[in-house]
Amino acid sequence: MLRRLAWSAATLLVMSLLVFAGVYAIGNPVELLINPQADQAEIARATALLGLDRPLWEQYWMFFRGALGGDLGVSFAASVPAITLILERMPATLELALAAMLIAVGIGIPLGLLAGLRPHSWLARTIMTLSTLGFALPTFWVGLLLIMVFSVQLGWLPTTGRGATVDVFGIPLSIFTADGLRHLLLPATTLALFKLALLVRLTRAGTQDAMLQDYVRYARAKGLSECAVVRSHVMPNILIPIVTVAGLELGSLIAFAIVTETVFAWPGMGKLLIDSINVLDRPVIVAYLLATVSLFILINLLVDLLYAVLDPRVQAGDAR
Amino acid sequence: MRYPRTMKHYPLTKHLRLLCAALSLFAAGAGAGAAELRIGLSGEVTSLDPQYLAAQPNLTVARHVFESLTDVDPQTRLIPGLAERWRAIDATTWEFNLRRGVKFHDGSPLTADDVAFSLARPLSIKGSPGGFAAYVRAVASTTVVDANTLRVKTKYPYGALPEDLNSILIVSKKHAQNAGPEDFDSGRALVGTGPYKFLRYQRGDRLELTRNEQWWGKAPAWDKVTLRILPADPSRTAALLSGELDVIEHVPSADIKNINKNNKLHVTQTTSWRTILLHLDQYRAQPPGVSDLNGKPLSANPFMDLRVRRAMSKAINRQAIAERVMEGLALPAANVVSPGVFGYSALKTEAHDPEGAKRLLTEAGYPNGFRVTLAGPNNRYINDEQVLQTVAQLLTRIGIQTRVEAAPMSAFLGRVRKEEISFALLGWGSFAADLSLRSLVATPNADKGYGAWNWGRYNNPKVEKLMEQALGSVDRSKRETLARDASAMAMQDLAFIPLHHQVVSWAMRANLAYVPRTDEFTFAHHFTPR
Repeated sequence: MLRRLAWSAATLLVMSLLVFAGVYAIGNPVELLINPQADQAEIARATALLGLDRPLWEQYWMFFRGALGGDLGVSFAASVPAITLILERMPATLELALAAMLIAVGIGIPLGLLAGLRPHSWLARTIMTLSTLGFALPTFWVGLLLIMVFSVQLGWLPTTGRGATVDVFGIPLSIFTADGLRHLLLPATTLALFKLALLVRLTRAGTQDAMLQDYVRYARAKGLSECAVVRSHVMPNILIPIVTVAGLELGSLIAFAIVTETVFAWPGMGKLLIDSINVLDRPVIVAYLLATVSLFILINLLVDLLYAVLDPRVQAGDAR
Repeated sequence: MRYPRTMKHYPLTKHLRLLCAALSLFAAGAGAGAAELRIGLSGEVTSLDPQYLAAQPNLTVARHVFESLTDVDPQTRLIPGLAERWRAIDATTWEFNLRRGVKFHDGSPLTADDVAFSLARPLSIKGSPGGFAAYVRAVASTTVVDANTLRVKTKYPYGALPEDLNSILIVSKKHAQNAGPEDFDSGRALVGTGPYKFLRYQRGDRLELTRNEQWWGKAPAWDKVTLRILPADPSRTAALLSGELDVIEHVPSADIKNINKNNKLHVTQTTSWRTILLHLDQYRAQPPGVSDLNGKPLSANPFMDLRVRRAMSKAINRQAIAERVMEGLALPAANVVSPGVFGYSALKTEAHDPEGAKRLLTEAGYPNGFRVTLAGPNNRYINDEQVLQTVAQLLTRIGIQTRVEAAPMSAFLGRVRKEEISFALLGWGSFAADLSLRSLVATPNADKGYGAWNWGRYNNPKVEKLMEQALGSVDRSKRETLARDASAMAMQDLAFIPLHHQVVSWAMRANLAYVPRTDEFTFAHHFTPR
């Protein structure tokens, strides 16, 4: 556990260094945001006030000192603490990612199971073809297509934005309102598509593999029904790789919901990141990446713990 | 069914009728007052503090709640705002007379104290990468003469003070005195004199406003206004098409035709104040990216020769760019500012003349042409990357082999400031020609604040003298003549190559009307039902 924490801290440090250097190399956000009527003196003054004229190592050191105390800097564009902006938008992104995960898992695993149990049926072939589409079609395009069909043409669902929210322990969540679910459906489906395809393939491969194992034949010989065989013997054994992938994919869903959030104007962290990159709002970019890396680390930890539950042979921790 | 006409039923029916009449009146009243307007904005709002960051999206929302001393009409002419009238008492003193009876949203009256406070506040805001200090740079001091009169003393004779003060929104001294950014974003300090009051704000999503019934101006038609932030072009259009929005700004050029065909919607547009131009390095002997056809540096900087600049201008087919590349969203340009703007004069647009261009190049000593690199942004102006590619192709046809380097605005500006660029595209909007000249054409001078965006370091003392005279002239008509002459001279000498003025568009429901604004602002209170 200790080694793991040390590795996590090192990852965060390297990440922050990379982001700092990267944004510094692109340019000066003051040039971008400065009002056109400003003259050189104004630009220089603004640059100095933000500390952007100091050498890179000095700027990083100031950030590092602040970060240790929990202060990740103040957004240039909004003049509020960067971490406040991130935390304000995090519930929306988590909501979207979890909804997408539920859709992907809820539809992907059963479909994959079906395809794996009867691999040569027309049903399986259709599912596999559709899963290829899920990989191949770009998110942006799928999102726009869904908007055009379901919102503009049919008028069944709203085009963009997040629905009405209710406060749950002080966090506004839209998943518990009917209006919120209506707004969530299209973006979650768009985001889920790739993971859905992935899970279908993975489940199918795992099922096919498991069906050929001895313990399945033995269970059938014992007299168990096909349903029971699948439920008690096949499913638990194929779940380990699926849980691994699902866990990793959840992290990437959170981090890369950017495109979906932009298309659907979903007020989440991803959209904030893109806007901040466009104006070189470095504090927000760094805060976002640190938050995301931390989430990734946390999710990996949870996945490892889940392993121990699913597979009694695995022990949580670093037992060697 | 038989209806017994007994006395005891009659009063009930009478009561019922009265009740129905009352209900219908109530419903009609509620219906008439519940007019709501939902607008889709195209830029990200970063802060609700009207004096923090001078970005168009921030100013768009701020101008619903706050106002400034001088206002601007849809054709960019200055009109009275919170100041009923103003005049220059002498070359360095201006007097502003405030409108009487104006109240802030909390009921307190607007006084010259609030104005003086608002003019001083931008200088006290630290840590803004793009504040408003530049607009009060010329102000030496302000004196409150009485509750409705303010005198502003400038550091030097400055004719553009009314234009500059248009950008300073007047806040309530009481509320803004100790307000931080959270106070504005939460709405606590968002107390202005404008036609709309703060209702609710969800950062990155929407701002909701309600009508200010005590506003001094003509009552806006809308009870409630929702300003939604939708920077992604297709999403904004989709929201309009599905009926979720009533208006969108900056209609993507590819969608205009379809929206016009839809008889439930219509598009209004006008020439914008934004001029797209090409800056040319006119100060280095060996500008980066410029070489002969074999890649070796040239003996002199070709851009410093007026004949070469004119040849490049002739090679560009502005009409074709406006029609095909900009899909009609451009007007070929010959001047520094757009038509109708202070200091504009109708100069002749350079006609597309590749033969004449080649002749000029030969005359200038480059019969076979040379190589250049054209840089520009790819995410800032309408179809900017396509414009870059088209200009490059047109120049290559006359022998100037052009390579394009397009990058996001942030990276592009970084390279410009590092002086790695010699030929670049820029968009510039202004409502006075002398102000444009000061930034784009005046010789860079950090002390005077000239030429901050004169990337080519163009240097023409005659143009500069005229421009300075214009800026220093508090007599408006004299100033306009001087500004016109200075612009004409700068364009004669091709200080930069003007390409086109952009066209700004709004799409809305067929039963709405909006007088399109050259300054590209979208104001809910100017939309009217028709």
